Amino acid sequence: MHIVICIKQVPDSAQIRVHPVTNTIIRQGVPTIINPYDLFALEEALQLRDRHGGEVTVLTMGPPMAEDALRKALTYGADRAVLLTDRHFAGSDTLATSFALSQAIAKIGEAFGTPDIVFTGKQTIDGDTAQVGPGIAKRLDLLQLTYVAKIVSVDINGREITVERRSEGGTQTLLSKLPCLITMLEGTNEIRRGSLDDALRAARSQIVKWNAADAGIEDLTKCGLRGSPTVVKRVFAPPERPEKAEQIDTAEKTPRDLAEELIAGIFLRQPALESELAFDGEA
Amino acid sequence: MLSTNRESPPPAVGRAAMKKELPDQFKDHRHVWVFIELERDQVHPVSFELLGEGRKLADKLGVQLAGVVLGPPEEATWFAVAEAFAYGADLAYLIEAPLLADYRNEPFTKALTDLVTNYKPEILLLGATTLGRDLAGSVATTLLTGLTSDCTELDVDADGSLAATRPTFGGSLLCTIYTLNCRPQMATVRPRVMAMPPRGNNKIGRVIRHKVSMIEEEIVTKVLGFLSDGQSETANLAYADVVVAGGLGLGAVENVKLMKKLARTIGADYGCSRPLVQKGWMPADRQIGQTGKTIRPKLYIAAGISGAIQHRVGVEGADLILAINTDPNAPIFDFAHLGVVTDAIRLLPSLTELFTHRLSPHSRDKLAN
Repeated sequence: MHIVICIKQVPDSAQIRVHPVTNTIIRQGVPTIINPYDLFALEEALQLRDRHGGEVTVLTMGPPMAEDALRKALTYGADRAVLLTDRHFAGSDTLATSFALSQAIAKIGEAFGTPDIVFTGKQTIDGDTAQVGPGIAKRLDLLQLTYVAKIVSVDINGREITVERRSEGGTQTLLSKLPCLITMLEGTNEIRRGSLDDALRAARSQIVKWNAADAGIEDLTKCGLRGSPTVVKRVFAPPERPEKAEQIDTAEKTPRDLAEELIAGIFLRQPALESELAFDGEA
Repeated sequence: MLSTNRESPPPAVGRAAMKKELPDQFKDHRHVWVFIELERDQVHPVSFELLGEGRKLADKLGVQLAGVVLGPPEEATWFAVAEAFAYGADLAYLIEAPLLADYRNEPFTKALTDLVTNYKPEILLLGATTLGRDLAGSVATTLLTGLTSDCTELDVDADGSLAATRPTFGGSLLCTIYTLNCRPQMATVRPRVMAMPPRGNNKIGRVIRHKVSMIEEEIVTKVLGFLSDGQSETANLAYADVVVAGGLGLGAVENVKLMKKLARTIGADYGCSRPLVQKGWMPADRQIGQTGKTIRPKLYIAAGISGAIQHRVGVEGADLILAINTDPNAPIFDFAHLGVVTDAIRLLPSLTELFTHRLSPHSRDKLAN
């Protein structure tokens, strides 16, 4: 089977700082990582390949430096990496991104075999939109299986797949067909430690680099800023609250004293709470 | 997922500043729609929160607010329609069909897309739930229109465009996004981000019924089963009235139980900040903040949480925020109401003990006497 997994190189959000005057992201010196949610999808793809045979192609769209993320994915054991990079993609919103990626996936299909499954992570940690997966599915007319917690079974010859999908308040078990697009839920597996062989192979591998034309994109108006229906008009820091917390003086007080003051403070501000807080008798 | 936001936020120039006129084919798009999320006979409360927001937008625009209900031909579907009116809708669009009984992407995308194409709303709002996000992405791509997810503020500007504000870069910044040249302007909002509007006694108004243009045989995906999380296991954190949460200030995984014990004592639900999930101390569904759950409790106790913006956006709606942190400069004190600079690990057991005493039935009887 052939599996394509889409990943994104993101700034390590834990280390993002905002310039206090210009309100822009300070990118200098911020390390980049593979979007953590994508690793669950990558591991799932690798496990399916290990079980059923075939190949895993990892795809990303981004600047040339996104090659680092692809090489990292190869060290985990992916078979092939494709970097979609072109300045025409700059400023893409989710609709333009899903267009470019779906074109590239179609091209990957022509070059390396039609994918049976396309994976993405649940969302990215920098955009958090969770829209690109569904966007790709719709554009490639793939069956869409989002928030998948478990792939129960895949029948490659019968073209059937059964998954458990997180839904509101429970888990839905779905029977669907290949080819499909799966967005993988977090915490569903743990990314493997790549083997030494994979590390060596990753270092030697040629990464396939495609610009828009290579990916078969003819209509550049569907790409980048021009192909994006949404426009970011304003970026700003959250407004400061006028009032700060009223601090309880801690000088020479035991935790018990502080607890007493805090509880008094809570009920002073919210008297109704006292009758609402439930005591379960076991604490 | 891939490039879900811009590589770097472009400055407010270009189309936004040019204010190109809306293309002719979209000029007859009018009215505000809210997708009413109905699953297993229940309307998700986020739908009512959205009706509250949608009402404000519709009033500003001088247009109508419609609830969109997709469901099986059963009582619960009609109940959802009635509820949409009770929470402020002027009219409702309804598609009833057995194939809409359980949520599946294919029939729901088809049904909602059909409605939009036929009745042309200018704004379409959905809850940012697993269902809403699954559906919104498909519908927006089918219609080739803009979709702004996880909005924290919705407004219309002077020329009637939807200004959708959302956190970006993990909540470090906010950005306001417009869909200038396409309709409808789509947005999702997470549960509890918007306040629950009061339920009115509005009578059922005009209901526009539409037929589904699909048959079950055309739908590939079948639902084999559904396993409910069950009441006890559910982290229904978003809707809890009282929440206790812990952060890195708890110091060690063993101390998580101190926080949980306080929560149990006062009948609260519990959660954590992102680092505890990353460390594996708490499951992801307990995370509070921009990438986790948004809460609006009456009381929120944050133990050892520094209060990064990513956390702040998830808790700001709480009526009373109590913060415990050793660092007097922790940002959480900028938005908490009551603060104490001390070690949460030492304070939590005392809080639990004193709450136990104060809330025990025995002491309550004494108070009553």
